Amino acid sequence: MHSGQVDFVAMLFVLMLATFIGLEVIRNVSRLLHTPLMSLTNAISAIAIVGSIIVTGEELTKTSTILGAVAIAASTTNIVSGFLITNRMLKMFKKKEPGRS
Amino acid sequence: MIETITQLIYLVSTGLFVLSLKWMNKPDTARRAVVAGVIAMAGAIIGTLLHPEIVNYLWIVVALAVGTGIGIPLARVPLTAVPQRTALSHAFGGLAAGLVGIAKFYLWLPAGELTTFRTSAIVVEVILGFLTFTGSLMAAGKLMEIVPTRPITYRGQNLVNLSLAALALVLGVLLALDPSRAAFFPIIIVLSLLFGVLLIIPIGGADMPTVISILNSYAGLAAVAMGFVLENKLLITAGALDGASGLILSIIMCRAMNRSFANVLFGAFGQIQAAAAGGERKTAKSASPEEASQILESASSVVVVPGYGMAVAQAQHRVRDLYEQLTKRGVDVRFAVHPVAGRMPGHMNVLLAEAEIPYDKLVEMDDINPEMPQCDVCFVVGANDVVNPAARHDKSSPIFGMPIIDADKAKTVMAIKRTMNPGFAGIENELYFADNTLMIFGDAKAVVGEIVKELSGQGGGH
Repeated sequence: MHSGQVDFVAMLFVLMLATFIGLEVIRNVSRLLHTPLMSLTNAISAIAIVGSIIVTGEELTKTSTILGAVAIAASTTNIVSGFLITNRMLKMFKKKEPGRS
Repeated sequence: MIETITQLIYLVSTGLFVLSLKWMNKPDTARRAVVAGVIAMAGAIIGTLLHPEIVNYLWIVVALAVGTGIGIPLARVPLTAVPQRTALSHAFGGLAAGLVGIAKFYLWLPAGELTTFRTSAIVVEVILGFLTFTGSLMAAGKLMEIVPTRPITYRGQNLVNLSLAALALVLGVLLALDPSRAAFFPIIIVLSLLFGVLLIIPIGGADMPTVISILNSYAGLAAVAMGFVLENKLLITAGALDGASGLILSIIMCRAMNRSFANVLFGAFGQIQAAAAGGERKTAKSASPEEASQILESASSVVVVPGYGMAVAQAQHRVRDLYEQLTKRGVDVRFAVHPVAGRMPGHMNVLLAEAEIPYDKLVEMDDINPEMPQCDVCFVVGANDVVNPAARHDKSSPIFGMPIIDADKAKTVMAIKRTMNPGFAGIENELYFADNTLMIFGDAKAVVGEIVKELSGQGGGH
């Protein structure tokens, strides 16, 4: 084990910077895209899959493996449905009259 | 060595997640945002699978397959059901975080590796995860109308909720100070699950956009907490981005309703007026679809205000037909979308996009209001509270102060409604009784369909 203190502070740095970047980057999002933004961030927050894979793959106890596997399934659901539905919605946003002949 | 490769992949993924959100700002670049997001996520998964601690892949593959199997149909729901799909996703996100928290706690407990820091992180992860889980399930239940959609309130509700949350936190602190008090852990889990349910029970449909945004933020924060537990910076950054996005959306929603977070969560919207609504009887003028079509035809500018009623009636495609018919006659048709119209942020925009209405015809509230007095017809399809003029002047109204679309300032207002019953929030809408308002009673889809039929019929005759 490495010294907990130092890592903790480093993680707080990362958290703070990521939060500021997130706030700045999203602040000007077009109102048109609020729903797709939310389904995209839904998929992104399924990054919890990383932790779930570690817990499952380590296979330390039966309980932890099963809990991890359920967490992987839940996260995968969000990743798959989140990205697919975001893409599906974005395809519909058109600026001009759809061309008709 | 492998560890370094994994970390470098995580670094690239983090960068791509940031770009993904940045590209999501504008419709022109939004498709690219999804590509970046997918690559980043794929990188994160592959980087994790390279971890030397991972010895068993069978369970992982099975779980990935199960998740994909559930995810694909969830992505194909009708767009009117997107709010409940989103709420369900928040629930899954919360569940994943909570379960990993439990697994880690009981792995570290017997090994004596539960430091105060780790325990605090796990407690935060578990509280956020499980309250997001049940809270989002409740929200989804309300949106699917499995759970009663009206706010359910009782005396001392806020006190009960706050005490539950406080108790969970106190137990969490005690547990963190001395991780041998392991018996507290399941109690914290139960309290969080219960808190999530109780938090959403008093919230009405009109507040769903805000609540879904807040839950969005919590799901992200739960991932951040997991990052602290597992000492994983990718989890922290991606979770923080999600948390920030949910926070911004919540703020936008709250501003659009002129309410604070606390007021949304503890205010139980729509209770006061529900009783008072029965009072004086006023009369509203009504019109037939035929009359409506004549007025619309002779207008030169029409502003359509869509609301949740349009989604419920699945009327967006008929609205598009109306848009087409009127545009063909040289009528200028625009759509005024209130930020909280519908049941989640941006709900109406997506439905109108689905109906292939070009998004440059969609105008934001602040831009349309100054032009409203020049507008010949304001056509309200299933919107209610967001066009209620009481918000501007009636201090006793629960929605007083909420920015609204000034539909009443148009020369003629037409509102489609099933009956005269007050809307979701239980608030009487004085717009319906105004002198320049014509009510068209019926199902939104049927009514707009008839108007379109009238218009197209006449188009051939004259």
